[in-house]
Amino acid sequence: MNFSDIISLLRISLHAMVPLALTAVGEIVGETAGLFNIGLEGILLMSAFAGAIGAEAGGPYVGLLVGMGVGGAMSLLFALINTYWKGTQMVTGIGINLFAMGFVAFGLIQLGAPGFHDVPRAVSLFKIRTPIGLYSPVILLALILPFVIHWFLKRTRAGLMLKAAGEMPEAADVAGINVNRIRLLAAVFGGAMAGLAGAYMSVAWLGLVTKGLSAGRGFIALACVVFSGLNPLLALLAAFIFGFFQALAEWVKTLPSKPIPGEFVSMLPYIVTLLVVSGAIGRVRFPKFLGTPYKRE
Amino acid sequence: MSTKEAPQQSRLLRGVHRTLTGLHPVLESLIAALVGLLVGAILMSIWGFHPWKAYFALIQGAYGGSYEWASSLSRATPLILTALTFSICLRAGMFNIGAEGQMYMGAIAAVCITYFTLPPGLHHIVGLIFAAVVGAAWSLIPAALKLMRGVSEVISTIMFNWIARWLALYLAIYVIVDPLRPEKTLSIPLTARFPILVPRTDLSYGIFVSIGFALVIYFLLWHTATGYELRAAGLNPSAARYGGIRTKRTMFLSFILGGIAAGLAGATIVMGLPPTYAVYGGGGLPQLLNMGFDGMAVAMVGRNHPIGIIVAAVFFGGLNAGGRVMQFYGSNPVPLEMVRVVMGAIVLAMSIPELIRLFPMAKKGGQKLIQSLRRATRGTIEEESA
Repeated sequence: MNFSDIISLLRISLHAMVPLALTAVGEIVGETAGLFNIGLEGILLMSAFAGAIGAEAGGPYVGLLVGMGVGGAMSLLFALINTYWKGTQMVTGIGINLFAMGFVAFGLIQLGAPGFHDVPRAVSLFKIRTPIGLYSPVILLALILPFVIHWFLKRTRAGLMLKAAGEMPEAADVAGINVNRIRLLAAVFGGAMAGLAGAYMSVAWLGLVTKGLSAGRGFIALACVVFSGLNPLLALLAAFIFGFFQALAEWVKTLPSKPIPGEFVSMLPYIVTLLVVSGAIGRVRFPKFLGTPYKRE
Repeated sequence: MSTKEAPQQSRLLRGVHRTLTGLHPVLESLIAALVGLLVGAILMSIWGFHPWKAYFALIQGAYGGSYEWASSLSRATPLILTALTFSICLRAGMFNIGAEGQMYMGAIAAVCITYFTLPPGLHHIVGLIFAAVVGAAWSLIPAALKLMRGVSEVISTIMFNWIARWLALYLAIYVIVDPLRPEKTLSIPLTARFPILVPRTDLSYGIFVSIGFALVIYFLLWHTATGYELRAAGLNPSAARYGGIRTKRTMFLSFILGGIAAGLAGATIVMGLPPTYAVYGGGGLPQLLNMGFDGMAVAMVGRNHPIGIIVAAVFFGGLNAGGRVMQFYGSNPVPLEMVRVVMGAIVLAMSIPELIRLFPMAKKGGQKLIQSLRRATRGTIEEESA
């Protein structure tokens, strides 16, 4: 392994970090307000698909926006069910995942080729040329966003209201905060970030949509959130670690000597996720009312 | 009117009242299924299909005759078991999303019985035990992580699904592979295959394993002290702990039972599904794929009750079997994937408690009907109670 290999490995890690970081930061906002969305996997998949279609219709920016819109809309549905209609968050999330799995596979068949769809190079997002390779501008956003959200949650009034909605909804309600509306807004933001992450995968990074494109990234992003204990900066670090192991798995697979069978290499990101999460847990604390709908007495 | 009839009648009235105002579980499942089918119909017409023709083909293909019924039941066989995995753990207060991975490992373990010969009967039992033990072992790791390190079982079971998928692929491609046909594993020997129940269909005696296990779970959960403890721990863990129930034990137990169910699901697929009785490594485990996830939808619609699950599994098995007919139906071929879209929509609808309350018109109408019924019978009831 020489120097250029390390550089290319880190470069791919950065790319792989982006969807995880964006999704995780969005989910941190949602979880702070008290919504635990395991439908992120489905949202990533749907928005990757919708983003690709949007990009083909109106260029890369439209693609990213369509992805964000679809992600936000799906998350809005999730939040509506789990705030005003007092649903069960886990079950809603499972439903979103099943729905997305079916819908994208169905949509890909309708687009022509069952199983995958190429996004033409012409509508891919432009890349910034740097001395160490080409980078998508979305990477920049993924690196800045966690700091912004960290500031937002720690230093602003709105961030505090968000925390109150998750930590002590009853007190928040008494203080005149509309708990359900706050949760709704937080979920829509989280969904839009997951949607941006999905659209980034199809429009800016991989340039294709498959029915297994999300490959557990939504759940790995949840693992990032668990690892971080709702601190966006730690979530960024976790996203980079998991991105690195995804990149490492891809890199080992391309080695001509094949030191390890490909199947075991593919397991690597998931095993690392498990190890990191089981090592990190214990010190983290989650909002008291995470996962329970707020009912007025 | 005798004194006996009056309370009966009022009880009946209360039942009708509950049904119409949205507290009745069966009605909720039915409405969720209808909402799911409606969402599917809307999507189909957006994509330019003819939804009612497609559903006609689907229902024909699912329940149109004895062959169709047999193939629906055959698809329901593993779904019953994977749904039980989810339900048992949910009853104990845990979200076990790991049925998929536990089922892969069970299927691989069942294939391993090709390495030795035993008389039929015994060979079946050994295969089932293999699958059950491996499935349970695979689900014990997330349970242990939860207990010892506090890792959320949602994340760990999902990670274990992916690990199981790649491990099963590796084993199917390199270790227990059929040397003559490298795209599949060795086939289950004749002495361990479940005989076909209905000739010329793929419905085997494996269905009795599923239904039998569902009944065992029903008995265990609702008619034994252990089952009572398990459900109590799920309903209110802290109250259960004060009541002297060891919640860690019930948690472990639920994961073990769930793992056994998922492992058996894998076994019923490889030991009971003609023609090859093997796992296909090439093509990425096509017969096993998504059975665990579909099982969660079945569990939800079956209200996490073993008997409800059997009924729901026949419905979803029918969707899968009918979907295969639907995708080749003349001028209106709707891809099979639409079935999963419908399933997702059904689960989304199921996640809203008291779904019918979203339809205030129906609620109001129901209440009016109840009131008029009550007014009509009030005279007689009051007479009796006085």
